[in-house]
Amino acid sequence: MPAPSSASAPARSPVGSFASDLFTSHLASLAAAPAWWLDRKRAAYEQFAGLPLPRRTDESWRFSNILGLSLDGYGLPAPATTRLAPFPISSAASLTFVNNTLIRGAAAESKLPAGVIVTTLAEAAVRHADLLQEHFMAQPQKLGSAKFAALHTAFVGDGAFIHVPRGVELAEPILIQHIASGAGAAVFPHTLVIAEENSRVCVVDTFVSDDAGAHFACGANDLYAGHGANLTYVGAQAWSRDTLSFQFNSTVVRRDARVQSLNLNVGGRQARHESLSQLQAPGGFSEMLALTVADRTQEFDQRTLQIHQAPNTKSDLLYKNALRDKARTIFSGLIVVDPDAQKTDAYQSNRNLMLSEEAEANSLPGLEIQANDVRCTHGATSSRIDPEQEFYLQSRGITKAMADELLTFGFFEEVLNRLENEELHAALRALIQTQFKKK
Amino acid sequence: MNPLTDTETLPSPDVDETAANPVAGIDQTRGDFKYDVAYEFDAGTGLNEKTIDYISDVKKEAAWIREFRHAALKTFRAKPMPTHWATRDLENIDFDKIRYYLAQGQKPKRTWDEVPDDIKKTFERLGIPEQERKYLAGVEAQFDSEAAYSNIKEIVSRQGVIFVNSTEGLREHPELFRKWFGKVIPTGDNKFSALNSAVFSGGSFIYVPKGVKVAQPLQAYFRINAENFGQFERTLIIADEGSEVTYMEGCTAPKFSTSTLHSAVVELVALKGAKIQYITVQNWANNVFNLVTKRGLAHEEAEIKWIDCNIGSRLTMKYPGVVLKGRKARGEVISIALANDGQHQDTGAKMIHAADETTSNVISKSISVGQGRATYRGQIHIPKHLKGCKNNTECDALLINTNSRTDTYPAITVRGDDNYVQHEASVSKVNEEMIFYMQQRGLTEGQAMSLAVNGFINDLARQFPMEYSVELKRLIDLEMEGSVG
Repeated sequence: MPAPSSASAPARSPVGSFASDLFTSHLASLAAAPAWWLDRKRAAYEQFAGLPLPRRTDESWRFSNILGLSLDGYGLPAPATTRLAPFPISSAASLTFVNNTLIRGAAAESKLPAGVIVTTLAEAAVRHADLLQEHFMAQPQKLGSAKFAALHTAFVGDGAFIHVPRGVELAEPILIQHIASGAGAAVFPHTLVIAEENSRVCVVDTFVSDDAGAHFACGANDLYAGHGANLTYVGAQAWSRDTLSFQFNSTVVRRDARVQSLNLNVGGRQARHESLSQLQAPGGFSEMLALTVADRTQEFDQRTLQIHQAPNTKSDLLYKNALRDKARTIFSGLIVVDPDAQKTDAYQSNRNLMLSEEAEANSLPGLEIQANDVRCTHGATSSRIDPEQEFYLQSRGITKAMADELLTFGFFEEVLNRLENEELHAALRALIQTQFKKK
Repeated sequence: MNPLTDTETLPSPDVDETAANPVAGIDQTRGDFKYDVAYEFDAGTGLNEKTIDYISDVKKEAAWIREFRHAALKTFRAKPMPTHWATRDLENIDFDKIRYYLAQGQKPKRTWDEVPDDIKKTFERLGIPEQERKYLAGVEAQFDSEAAYSNIKEIVSRQGVIFVNSTEGLREHPELFRKWFGKVIPTGDNKFSALNSAVFSGGSFIYVPKGVKVAQPLQAYFRINAENFGQFERTLIIADEGSEVTYMEGCTAPKFSTSTLHSAVVELVALKGAKIQYITVQNWANNVFNLVTKRGLAHEEAEIKWIDCNIGSRLTMKYPGVVLKGRKARGEVISIALANDGQHQDTGAKMIHAADETTSNVISKSISVGQGRATYRGQIHIPKHLKGCKNNTECDALLINTNSRTDTYPAITVRGDDNYVQHEASVSKVNEEMIFYMQQRGLTEGQAMSLAVNGFINDLARQFPMEYSVELKRLIDLEMEGSVG
């Protein structure tokens, strides 16, 4: 069908910098990888190249800045090191990737219980091929980014593979740091977590830039919580202010399992985060949390999907955005209750705190319910700091600026308080506060 | 408007089952009738330039209207079906099999005596007593495309109110209506507003002069009465400064074997300080596609309120909207939807804030019965640099059976830090304890369910005028029959 509007806009290449010769050289760098892994990547590249870029009329990209999605000007970066300080929490094991390559793998052996695997995807492809095949990017892409997810699979260099066997509980988190370094660097972070029956684990992913360059990040994480498992996932995204970022989060919750995920977003020029939770068996519970501090001209585009596929499952989503300057946020959430998923208890809430005259918040909270014995509620609000609370603090002698800061931090505390790990709570709070102190 | 408009109380438990069921005696096929009518003008089926010239010729329209229609046809053809967000059921509309214009060539009738006998017979089957209608402020009973009966009470015309059909309005009062015609809802707003703009006929044009408060609601009454016949009314209501008017529209349609299409455009203009209330009870037959565009333009301190109730049709897509153009304007949508087997009620609201201190309120309640599907779609838009705007949206959905379905798709855009928006939605089923309690007191499960559903919408139903809320209760009782047990 001829599109008359495309004539005025400059034609954009559907693959941009990620042309087939770049893919060929990427494959050449993976000489040691098994054949199935390479075949999977080839198929993904075909899919990526064949799919069009998002269009303005695509419902799953409603309100997004489509023109900002250019894939030009990036390349696969050379290996590098970093002088960034590690994320300030104590961990049972930690892996650090710079430009898609592992530079530091510090599994504090004494801290890791027997049988727990914390390794790279490259090694898992050889030694744990069956697990990787079963869980790596295995869930459907339902949130509109099939093209970018395929790009991720095609170019993923390395990433973290975590396997916690039956009944094993880890007291301290596992820390995975993904770092992009050098202008134009394209990174494809991946973290895969398999928590087997009745295990307990907390995984922290951080995403940071080594410099202020224009980076391209296209990451994914696969979370699998087996029967009765307790999995906590925290993603802290602080890419450079000039980064175009995509992150795909997929969670599978089995019988009586509990998954808590919290995504903190502060970095990037334009950052899209898609989060899919599938509640596949009775008793499953998925708690989906997010905090976003958006300032200057940043755009944060968050899309979520809670699918209740079995009876007696529960999900609870709370996404909070604080908007300053000319920032934009988009929250698009959908709760789906399949036929016969009776006794579903689903909640979805989006709160936007408007801190400037020019900020823009878009909310698309959705429900699709096909079973009648359910409790599904959603809410979305957009408003400024409550003037009464502000007045109360001022009447106690606190300046207006200080009162606003206190109330804004208080806005985030409701979410941070849901974390069990206090050290993590403090580290995330500090990261939020740096955003406000910068100016 | 409905065959049953008398009030009733719940029967005492000791009477027998048939008597105890308030809806048992109602013949549900009562709406299924059709009389052969000799159509004087018939544009045939299908849509092309000739159809439009034909309509224009019959209506002896001015050249600018003819051009307007032709331009709209081009827009209609150019626009794709909105199936990227709407249901694919739209693809089942066969535009070539629809009659776009049909009329008996009647001039609008002024007195009841002049209404032809066979049309009177149709009204009687629907149970509208002649007597009752005489009390109504003005009845524009639309028989197919043209007004078959039009009775404006003296008192309304003495106040200077103009209440005519669209053909008459554009012909007799172009100075009043042309200014706003197609301005609130431009032809290209969507595919179906373009279709209506090309082939519209019928509908009401109302002008209420400055400061006039119309005490009694004005009513129009639409029906479709020809197989495969789409009806495309066009309504434009202008309330001049400080005036007030309430308009009521109710629909029932005979059942037909093949799908029919109803695609109306309703434009409201409330000038400074004016108030317009527009009430609809929609009960088309289960084979009708009801694709309607309704929007109001509220100037400074004006108020527009849509009260919208959808019970019939196969697919309804209707999102009444208000553009809040002037300072302190206020918009409100009260919506009730009931979706039974084979029905999809895709309804909602649009609130476009375009001035400071504007407020809007949306309250939507839907009930899904059997395999029915109810959808809420909403849009709230507060652009840059506006101060003190407020919106409140509440959507509640009730699911009756295990395979009933409901969806909620709101879209909210807010800019700036001096506006306040809140949206809340919930989905639930009828409380089992409530049903148990009522059954224990001797009600059947069906009665208890009916009562619970009526309770769910009670606070909204009370906002309807008396005869409508009674009719609503009857319609819900009918729909709920056989849904449980």
